[in-house]
Amino acid sequence: MSLTGKVHKFGDDVNTDYIISGRYKFKTLDMRELAKHVMEDLDPEFYSHVTKGDFIVAGKNFGCGSSREQAPLAIINADISAVIAKSFARIFYRNCINTGLPLVECDTDQIDPGDELEVNLKEGILYNKTKGLEIPITPLPPVMLKILSEGGLVEHFKKYGTFNLD
Amino acid sequence: MGKTIAEKILSSKSKRNARANDIVIADLDFTMGQDGTSGLAIRAFNEMNAARVFDPARVAMVIDHSAPSPLEGVSALHQQMRNFANNQGINFYDIGDGVCHQLVPEQGHVVPGDLVIGADSHTCTYGAINVFSTGVGSTDLAAGIISGKLWFKVPETIKFVLNGKLSRGVYSKDLILYLIGDITADGATYMAAEYTGQAIADLSIEARFTISNMAIEMGAKCGLMEADDKTIAWVKEHSKKEFEPVKADADAVYAQVLEYDVSSLEPQVAKPHTVDNVAPISAVAGTPIQQGFIGTCTNGRIEDLRIGAEILKGKKIAENTRLIVAPSSRQVMLQALREGLIEIFVESGAAVVTPGCGPCVGTHNGVPSDGENVISTANRNFKGRMGNNKAFVYLGSPATVAASVLTGKLTDPREFIK
Repeated sequence: MSLTGKVHKFGDDVNTDYIISGRYKFKTLDMRELAKHVMEDLDPEFYSHVTKGDFIVAGKNFGCGSSREQAPLAIINADISAVIAKSFARIFYRNCINTGLPLVECDTDQIDPGDELEVNLKEGILYNKTKGLEIPITPLPPVMLKILSEGGLVEHFKKYGTFNLD
Repeated sequence: MGKTIAEKILSSKSKRNARANDIVIADLDFTMGQDGTSGLAIRAFNEMNAARVFDPARVAMVIDHSAPSPLEGVSALHQQMRNFANNQGINFYDIGDGVCHQLVPEQGHVVPGDLVIGADSHTCTYGAINVFSTGVGSTDLAAGIISGKLWFKVPETIKFVLNGKLSRGVYSKDLILYLIGDITADGATYMAAEYTGQAIADLSIEARFTISNMAIEMGAKCGLMEADDKTIAWVKEHSKKEFEPVKADADAVYAQVLEYDVSSLEPQVAKPHTVDNVAPISAVAGTPIQQGFIGTCTNGRIEDLRIGAEILKGKKIAENTRLIVAPSSRQVMLQALREGLIEIFVESGAAVVTPGCGPCVGTHNGVPSDGENVISTANRNFKGRMGNNKAFVYLGSPATVAASVLTGKLTDPREFIK
């Protein structure tokens, strides 16, 4: 699957409270509603600036903090197509795989706000179209790629009723 | 080649010879969700076309994050949890029962050697009693309660050897804040932490929970300790389950071994807005404080309340300062009532609220105002964490909180400890 979009750039240690604050996540299970508040404490205008298919790009330890799955779900429902970071916190990482939000681990220093990117997860390629630069990415382990390519863990369980990863 | 505690538990639960970086599917001994995560887990459970949980005795749901409900939308989520719990016959804890991470060990649901998941990031707390427990999201929880299994990447382990003796007025909270400040918020990402050494052996089980609870704040998957005589006695007091403690092999392979001498450690404070922004109390003393909070899965246990009450006894908190106290469970609250601790808090000027998470996570029961400084015994101080992104949250021990609300500014608790 090939994804194309422009970059919204953030720094290191973007925690789940910044992605979607606790003061919203308990109010509703309506993810389109939660999506309006995504990244609000870091950039109040963020949601209104996203075009469908855009990327969130960040530094290290993206998604640290709580286990709230509202974090990847709010990002998906804000029409972000993938999160690209130097590294991810582990619960967030699992939650992305399980909910079907593609994530890319790579050096993000050569990606700037507004850059146009093309990402191909299967081939393991990230191409910065604005800079004409190919950036190597850390491939996802097969187990995670399988769950992600099936559309997440819900779809996996619908299909098999249990784990079928061998 | 020997194994770490994490490798041994995941080997035993997956019936494979598991080593760091292997991916295994392992059997779960216990699973837990709270009211911030269970709604989505129930939705996923239904979408996965499941009918029954794998074993009702091994599943718990806890209403603690917004308890009692402050909002209509939350009430609907709570109702959904009550219905699910009734239909499935699982363990269920309603408003006032307490914080999930206090209840799970206190009610005897987990014992040494267990493999446990919880849809809450501080599930790593039970590592203090030799349980491989880790936080997951709602969809993982749904898969876990349906199948009784989950996939795990076997973590490498970073070992903390803590030598020496904590001095008077310095607590396990100060120690874990210091370690997080030292290795930073992602210093142990994807890894298990093992805590060992004389300083750990000297701690009570309650004080050890504080350390394992905050393993996630250094990015770790779990915060494990070996079971000693104290652990075994504590677990037997709380649980009837059979168990077999798991020790690391002498020749286990660690990603890193870090040694510390804790003897000269002074009280520590995490400054806004990250947990690894840690300073000794001497560097921040005098900072004005408008609100204090004693509670949470980190420091709302009976020992924590005793420490706070001892400092507050017979005194009044400073003018223009507020103190909120939330015991971590109904049992803790009852014990605090019996010991007269609640009376001390209330007389000192504190507002004692329902056992639960509210103030820590910003859902209700103490959202600070713009520009205010808060000193809290919680585990997180992210911007907006307590419900207002224009407030400033400092983290410290119950003693530091109690001393600071007496003076209205960040204060070294040793000034109040005889």
